[in-house]
Amino acid sequence: MSEAVLEEPIFRAVPRWRQLLRRLLRNPSAVAGGAVLLILILLAAFAPLIAPYDPFKISPAQRLTPPGALHWLGTDEVGRDLLSRIIYGTRYFLLICAVTASISASIGTVLGLVAGAGSSLTDGIIMRMIDILLAFPYILMVLVVVAILGPSLWTGMAAVGIAGIPGYARLVRSTVLTVKAEDYVVSVRALGASEAEILFRTVLPNVLSPLIVYLSFATPLAALLASALSFAGLGTQPPAPEWGAMLVNSRTFLFSAWWAVAAPGTALFISIFGMNILGNGLRDVLDPRS
Amino acid sequence: MTMPSPRHDGPLLDIRDLRTQFGSGPGTVNAVQGVDLRIAPGEIVGLVGESGSGKSVLALSIMRLIQKPGRIAGGEILFDGRDVLAMSARDLGRWRGRDIGIIFQQPQGCLNPVRRIGWQVAEPLRQQERLSRKGAWDGAVALLRSVGIPAPEEKALAYPHQLSGGQAQRVMIAIALALRPRLLIADEPTTALDVTIQAQILELLRDSCRHAGTSLLLVTHDLGVVARLADRVAVMYAGRIVEDGPVATILDHPAHPYARGLLRAAPRLGQSGGERLQDIPGGIPDLSRPAAGCAFAPRCGRRASLALARCLEEMPPLDPVARDHRLRCWATPDATGDGP
Amino acid sequence: MSIPPLLQVDGLHVRYPVRKGLFGGVVGTINAVDGVSLTLARAETLALVGESGCGKSTLGRTVIALQRPSAGTVLFRNQDLFALPPDQLKRQRRFAQFISQNPRTCFDPRRTVGASVRMALDIQGMLDRQGRDEAVADIFRKVGLRPEHRFRYPHELSGGQLQRIGIARALILKPSLIVCDEPVSALDVSVQAQILNLLRDLQAEFELALLFVSHNLAVVEYIADRVAVMYYGRIVETAPAKQLFRAPRHPYTKALLAAVPSLDLARRDDPVPRLGDPPDPAHLPSGCRFRNRCPIAIPRCSEHEPALAGVDAGHAVACWAAEGAVVPKPAMAGG
Repeated sequence: MSEAVLEEPIFRAVPRWRQLLRRLLRNPSAVAGGAVLLILILLAAFAPLIAPYDPFKISPAQRLTPPGALHWLGTDEVGRDLLSRIIYGTRYFLLICAVTASISASIGTVLGLVAGAGSSLTDGIIMRMIDILLAFPYILMVLVVVAILGPSLWTGMAAVGIAGIPGYARLVRSTVLTVKAEDYVVSVRALGASEAEILFRTVLPNVLSPLIVYLSFATPLAALLASALSFAGLGTQPPAPEWGAMLVNSRTFLFSAWWAVAAPGTALFISIFGMNILGNGLRDVLDPRS
Repeated sequence: MTMPSPRHDGPLLDIRDLRTQFGSGPGTVNAVQGVDLRIAPGEIVGLVGESGSGKSVLALSIMRLIQKPGRIAGGEILFDGRDVLAMSARDLGRWRGRDIGIIFQQPQGCLNPVRRIGWQVAEPLRQQERLSRKGAWDGAVALLRSVGIPAPEEKALAYPHQLSGGQAQRVMIAIALALRPRLLIADEPTTALDVTIQAQILELLRDSCRHAGTSLLLVTHDLGVVARLADRVAVMYAGRIVEDGPVATILDHPAHPYARGLLRAAPRLGQSGGERLQDIPGGIPDLSRPAAGCAFAPRCGRRASLALARCLEEMPPLDPVARDHRLRCWATPDATGDGP
Repeated sequence: MSIPPLLQVDGLHVRYPVRKGLFGGVVGTINAVDGVSLTLARAETLALVGESGCGKSTLGRTVIALQRPSAGTVLFRNQDLFALPPDQLKRQRRFAQFISQNPRTCFDPRRTVGASVRMALDIQGMLDRQGRDEAVADIFRKVGLRPEHRFRYPHELSGGQLQRIGIARALILKPSLIVCDEPVSALDVSVQAQILNLLRDLQAEFELALLFVSHNLAVVEYIADRVAVMYYGRIVETAPAKQLFRAPRHPYTKALLAAVPSLDLARRDDPVPRLGDPPDPAHLPSGCRFRNRCPIAIPRCSEHEPALAGVDAGHAVACWAAEGAVVPKPAMAGG
């Protein structure tokens, strides 16, 4: 019998998810972005307790008052308190993020999986479908959807969700193809695993990480797109306190009552930026190359 | 034979107590820990070691090619009397290529995929010797011929992906030798090549260097390569040289237990009488947590059989045991040369 | 009645189309494995040697159904592997395992190594839950590791340790054959010796047949009973290991052996075989594919491809000009 292996240096074994959590907490981008997200969630959850005024209450007498003691961020063109509207706006923002991500990620992932794991014929068909979707002018598609269903928060989210599908599909497909070609998949195949077993036990878990990173980047982008739609009048309609919609009327007062534009604009900026750097942090930690 | 005249008496390359580290703080990896090495003009020195020995890091350090998070942490490198570590960026640029060259394991990774190989060989000639385009191109073709590329006038128009591994390595050698450097460093130059091609490339290296009087530092894990080419051999383990001397000494009767272990562990053609290979138990130490004594001590059969406590407590120095033969070991090998 | 060999390969071909151009039209074929027949007996080690592009890895993988051949049959334990329905193939896979070259990449980075080894038992449905965990701990001990190592992740272990675990994973199903694809090429010399000795010991203990694919002739001499030398998809010489290394007949085998740098300093200045550059695999020379690099080529070599013919006990060579080779008489006078 061959000699027993001498003590080789063994690094302490820690369960993988705890390792990841530790590294996440040490990453400044992840922490900062995570903080922003956490604040958004708290504001959304506790909006009724935190917001000083009813976001829908109109008081024409107080219209366009600048930021001051009574209204910390001022009021908009019909006298609604901006701070309260911003706070309630977090709900819309998070809802948009959740719904668009769900639509894009679920459909996109399934398509990508089928394309990557299936035969080259299936792959070809699905990818051509994706290409057609991409080639279709986005604005035209949105207009069609909105014309049929009427502009609203939900049609806006649907349109953005659909537009996000190709990105996820391509990412998942290429990851699946890459993983399938890896050495360890060959090894598992040699053990007698069926293709289905390989897909679910080995390929999928390895697809999860890149997917999470992509999600964290694609979602704020989708939120921005939805807000832009609202701004163009094709998504959420006023008087909903959605940040993009808030800009629809207040833009005419850009120079006289700048706070009505600054408040929703800044909120959008901070939220999207925060999620982007959270995405950076996640990528630093989850990317196997690091 | 064009022998460059040395500017001063003594070794061409003189490395003293070189230390190279990666990272900082508690997790610092000490890849090279105090290396002393000399290379004479026209000499071929084999630097042998396994992974983690620091041999490749040493090779890169000599040319100051170590990048963040690595850095040279101490020591001296004297090339023909000049202090390499003190050179300015400009001097460094002129020294590299002209006085010293390097070739790597994967030639394809070092050749620019979008330029014809003729231009890649010609480029150093144009830059450093200020030749015209035509002059540099002719020089490049001549170089390609000298490294054994057939039909060099046509081959010079090829792109790197059109070359085989062996041809690409020949091109690398041509580029490295274009300016007739005094020292060539070859880092595992044939490891990625098939054995029949390897034999030809090694012969090319040897002949080119001997012809031009170029010294060669050959970094490899393959003892056979060293047997064929080297005049002297230095064996590295965990960042330090543990033994060096003439090739006959190191290959036929090495003194250091690790060097002996390597020679007994390597399977040789024509040797197997069914005898069992003697492996070296254990693995290389963690370079970020250096132990107090000799780095090889935990795996050393000689220490175990002689029950030497000193090996675990104190690092032995690299001392001469004979003219031109240095050893880093507390335990004197027994007279018969047998045993661990 | 003679016992059928454990593995019998007949006329195996694995072809890859070469596609070029805008629509991927097929412009040529690469015959990675170009008509190979071999047999392997129980507890025997057959080595496949050759340089890059010779097809040894492809052959190794095809023989255990990790790749489909374009033609030919593989009989394993007397069953035609590629004619089996999937569930029966799965059952046969248990007896034919695989060790790959790079131990670092052959484990799922997201699983502990113990979980990866255990997966073998899960997939084949062997033992019960309790039994599986014990079997994993046992096999770790068997390959020279501590049972605690099974809780580590691949990136926390050294190359040598990982290769031991690769062997453990192959071994835990109690196979009859293990195809080893360059199992020690990525390891340091000192670790290489550990793994080779381990393989030898395990082979003796478990009566394993090994199909050992390698480009390293010294390693092959150490571990093989028989050797088959491959060149661009064909076997050009096969012989018992001692015989092949002592008295090779095929000029390519001779060149290979001469090219290995010897540790014997007396042979330092031995001449190097001058073979010239290897041909393009999609455009091999007519007749014998080695002829344009061969030092002893005769006119017949460009006309007819030589087949493997026996020259001695257990020793076969595919060459017209090798000593002992039989050149058939020409059919017509003056031909």
